[in-house]
Amino acid sequence: MTQRLTLRGLLFAATLTLLAGAFPARAQLVIDVTTSAGKQVPVAILPFANEDGAPQNITPVVSGNLARTGLFRIVNLGGITRLPTEPSEINFDDWTARSTEALVIGGISALPDGRYEVRFRLFDVAKKVQLTSGSFTVAASQLRATAHKISDEIYEKLLGERGIFSTKIAYVLKRGPRFELQVADADGFNPQAVLSSLEPIRSPKWSPDGTKLAYVSYESRKSTVIVQDLATGQRRTVANFRGDNYAPNWSPDGTKLVVALSKDAISQVYVVPATGGDAVRVTESNSIDTNATFTNDGKDIIFVSDRSGGPQLYTVPVGGGVPKRLTFEGNYNVNPRMSPDGKTVAFVYRDAARSLRIATLELASGQVTVLTDGPLDDSPSFSPNGRTILYEDKSGGRGRLGAVSSDGRVKQKLSSQAGDVREPAWGPYGTSSAR
Amino acid sequence: MKKIIVALSLAVFLSACASKDPAKDTPVVDRSQTTAVAPTPNPNLARTTQVQPTPTPAINPLKDPASPLSKRVIYFDYDKDVVKPEYASLVQAHANFLSQNRNRKIRLEGHADERGSREYNMALGQRRSDAVRKAASVLGVGGDRMETLSFGEDKPKATGHDEASWAQNRRVEIVYDGE
Repeated sequence: MTQRLTLRGLLFAATLTLLAGAFPARAQLVIDVTTSAGKQVPVAILPFANEDGAPQNITPVVSGNLARTGLFRIVNLGGITRLPTEPSEINFDDWTARSTEALVIGGISALPDGRYEVRFRLFDVAKKVQLTSGSFTVAASQLRATAHKISDEIYEKLLGERGIFSTKIAYVLKRGPRFELQVADADGFNPQAVLSSLEPIRSPKWSPDGTKLAYVSYESRKSTVIVQDLATGQRRTVANFRGDNYAPNWSPDGTKLVVALSKDAISQVYVVPATGGDAVRVTESNSIDTNATFTNDGKDIIFVSDRSGGPQLYTVPVGGGVPKRLTFEGNYNVNPRMSPDGKTVAFVYRDAARSLRIATLELASGQVTVLTDGPLDDSPSFSPNGRTILYEDKSGGRGRLGAVSSDGRVKQKLSSQAGDVREPAWGPYGTSSAR
Repeated sequence: MKKIIVALSLAVFLSACASKDPAKDTPVVDRSQTTAVAPTPNPNLARTTQVQPTPTPAINPLKDPASPLSKRVIYFDYDKDVVKPEYASLVQAHANFLSQNRNRKIRLEGHADERGSREYNMALGQRRSDAVRKAASVLGVGGDRMETLSFGEDKPKATGHDEASWAQNRRVEIVYDGE
């Protein structure tokens, strides 16, 4: 119970920090609620030396990042009078007494050239040893990104898997009549509109190298698939055939897109070059075949077809063949997305009460696990470490984002004051360098 | 670019016909709306900002509220793509108009309510526009004169989140070329 209260208190503080950070007029995503369960690593993140004098505090960002994963318990520092900032000042027994397993200290120094040096050290309290340390010399504008890097290093050292704090997310923001395609940091900060239109924008998908977004635009009053380079802003129409052009997804090597086209029949699945060109048909049916995604080896696709009545997931080789049905539970299973390790598919499952819920399908066993409660959960997208699924919560007519751990234990809601947030797409590792 | 050329040649053709059939004159005026890159959410507003080169004496049957052709929307039941019998006369009226006006084309724009998955609602909207295409096809309208399109749930007509709004959003709109 104490643990729970501590966590709540912290999250409240984290939310306030996020709101305070929103001050420079740009409305971003705000974490509303987090639930968590299971074992959490108790970690103490001590205020960095001189960080109040820097334009961006580091430790609240690190604490917020780690807390939001639900995998850490941030140790309450209340009542401690002298907080160490140097290794020699640490009394490990004090921290053992506070049930702390890991300890983070650090400091910031302003350099004569206007840049800042940020240092951090991570300690294993029980073993009284330093696990890792780092030093970064950055411009003021990069201080927040540095906090994410430090978060990534702490996360990886303590949990043994890569963190996602330096990655980006893309989503569609509906602001009154206007649709905006936005790219933001994984914690919702620094949102930037990369496209704005009065006609719908849908289905943003990151290229595997994180430099481009494919999406559907209605700017010509019908659906077309466009690929936009994020660094240059250059846009290329890659599918603009008669009828609808939609549901794009990248091949693992980034050279092709799988799309749904209605040029020859009702929606069928095709492959088009990522630079545009001829469409090669993959599925051949009299039914709707759509929402395709490549498997990680690029040899097969998983797609949605209503050939059996309601929409279900199927798989077929990209070169064509006899589709194999993958889902059998319920009469509406749509929007498949591959996990980064290629073993699991996240999708949207409609239950008997017509509630749309995010579920996963383990490909090897066929096991389906329903992760969210609905009633209008849509557009799942895996974090690049596979740990979290970001999705759209459409309930109540107010688009916001939800995040659920792939084991279903940690849940979050993220909203924006600026409008409805839709169709999140979590970018791959390395997108932060692509700005 | 191609679209503009087609539009211009069609405009020339239509103005040549204007003396014979004044009713066909209106699309020439409206044409600039579709060639403009900027979307025009309110067609009435767009019309008032445009100069009418030749006032049309006859009423355009496509816009005459008294004409069955002014009825352009076919509504559907939840999760369904069946064109209900009550829309037979609407589809028939447009099929007749198209058979008498061989140069006209239509777009069938399908829409879904918000209660499905956003991406799969594209398919549902497409099933609906395809159902209207089939109904018109049976009445003799050639497939090359109808483009079936879907907007999924992203262009709702009513913005509420109740059955009354959803019923208005599950629809196919018949849009003539140049509108």
